[in-house]
Amino acid sequence: MGKYIFKRAIGLTVLLLGITIITFSVIHIAPGKPTDLQAQFNPKVSMEARERIAHLYGLDKPLYVQYIEWLKRFARLDFGISFMDSRPVMQKILERIPITLTIELFSMAFILLIGIPIGVTSAVKEGSFYDKAMTIFVFVGFAVPTFWLSLILMDFIGVRWGILPISGIKSLEFEKFGFLEKIIDLSRHLILPVLVSTFGGLAGISRYMRSSMLSVLKQDYIRTARAKGLAEKDILYKHALKNALLPVVTILGLSVPGLIGGSVIFESIFSIPGMGRLFYESVMARDYPVIMGVLVIGAILTLLGNLLADISYAAVDPRIKLDDRI
Amino acid sequence: MNKLTIFGICIVGFFLIIAVFAPMIAPYNPGQIDIDNILTPPSGQHIFGTDSLGRDLFSRMVYGTRISLMVGFIAVGIAALIGVALGAIAGYYGGWLDAFIMRFIDIMLCFPTFFLILAVIALLEPSIINIMVIIGATSWMGIARLMRAEILSLKERDFIYAEKAIGAGSSRIIIKHLIPNAMAPVLVSITLGVAGAILVESSLSFLGIGVQPPTPSWGNILSEGKAVMGAGWWMMIFPGLAIFITVLGYNLLGEGIREKLLK
Repeated sequence: MGKYIFKRAIGLTVLLLGITIITFSVIHIAPGKPTDLQAQFNPKVSMEARERIAHLYGLDKPLYVQYIEWLKRFARLDFGISFMDSRPVMQKILERIPITLTIELFSMAFILLIGIPIGVTSAVKEGSFYDKAMTIFVFVGFAVPTFWLSLILMDFIGVRWGILPISGIKSLEFEKFGFLEKIIDLSRHLILPVLVSTFGGLAGISRYMRSSMLSVLKQDYIRTARAKGLAEKDILYKHALKNALLPVVTILGLSVPGLIGGSVIFESIFSIPGMGRLFYESVMARDYPVIMGVLVIGAILTLLGNLLADISYAAVDPRIKLDDRI
Repeated sequence: MNKLTIFGICIVGFFLIIAVFAPMIAPYNPGQIDIDNILTPPSGQHIFGTDSLGRDLFSRMVYGTRISLMVGFIAVGIAALIGVALGAIAGYYGGWLDAFIMRFIDIMLCFPTFFLILAVIALLEPSIINIMVIIGATSWMGIARLMRAEILSLKERDFIYAEKAIGAGSSRIIIKHLIPNAMAPVLVSITLGVAGAILVESSLSFLGIGVQPPTPSWGNILSEGKAVMGAGWWMMIFPGLAIFITVLGYNLLGEGIREKLLK
């Protein structure tokens, strides 16, 4: 275990360094200096702000010196100061992360609760009408653009029928509410975003669960279980399901970047003050320090998601020897 | 052949025809402003209605098909070039080069792709060329991994040893023998990739950082539709349906190719 953690730590350090190098190169992709671009596109950026970014990235120094200085700041989680409101970038990001994570965790839970049963039952009834209907549902799920789905839900449920609020996470009179009313108000605001985010991830998990279950059902030990006369229910839900569930853990880890990336779309449509919306607003205002900060933090969250998936995979599957990995 | 695959082929073919013959199909000039006919619902004259400048929605969507498909194809073409080249090099040469390329892929996969695309677009102008290049440059990793895995198994086959024995050089072996034989799974990935790229482009255009008006794309028409929400359902329904059906078509085609080639 110790050897595994050591190897893993080295691997993570390499990835983390890579992430910073790519993020650092992104800011240098623009022709000329980033400060030129700013003034050109954004009249809000003052001379003072230009000097600040020039200082943040040390733009007058050689590239490698710039990178090392930026890295030193990064190690202290200092991403500089936002152009828009002169607040520290890290503070702005930390305010937004809980909102995005709450929505993601809820939709992740729904994706699992709905997607796994769909996948398992389709595999068990392979070729049936139900399986075919679910296959079509999955294809539809893959193809519906989340922003379109959000717009339609917003138009019908929010604007036409007035059933649910369509923007923000709380009502104007939120502060006057009692505790229970506050909870109800928050959840009413979160229903549509969680619904959209869940729908986006559902197709992938149920399809994956189906093929995982199908391949397990073809294994020898399932035939053995059948041969010794076990009840079909026990074979499916005790022997097969447990093994079929394992790879789903990895897929969950891999779906983190997609979920975080998707947050830009529905958070900006539903005006939810999460990380995605912060990122979108910063992109529109060309607020470079915030853009770079969110980019790095988003990548680190993904890294943590994958790490968590790997560790839990190793924890639940005794066949995996930690030392063999990486 | 599977019914769903045939359905996919029909969709793909249908939109290709629309894109190629756009000038002949569109009844109006997509940029023609008509102040007297603002936001008119679908009718015999304008079968999809008109937008908030009185332009014919059907004509704009026909030309939008061109833009959306072009962005999809070229972006995936770029991704395929990068992915096939890096995957083949990593798989064939192995050693430190392989380790380096694979680590690079791991790092790229850490970034939420949509964040990376937005960040780069924030620094460059959102021109169509930039969008195609950026989508391509952030979506090649899956193809590279597939290519590498295929080449790793192919390079131990007898016909490759035979090539080596008659003195063929590495680049000849890679380009003439390994890559063509490894293309089957990559082809599936490319077809699905077109669907993905169309979705990304329309999301970007919808957010206002993709294809810029007045050039029509399905995504930016939807974004105008959001602005007139409640006053023009046709502005929201038709472009969304077009994206949905096209993406569905490429996904069905991709799955069809997977079943045909890999089983």
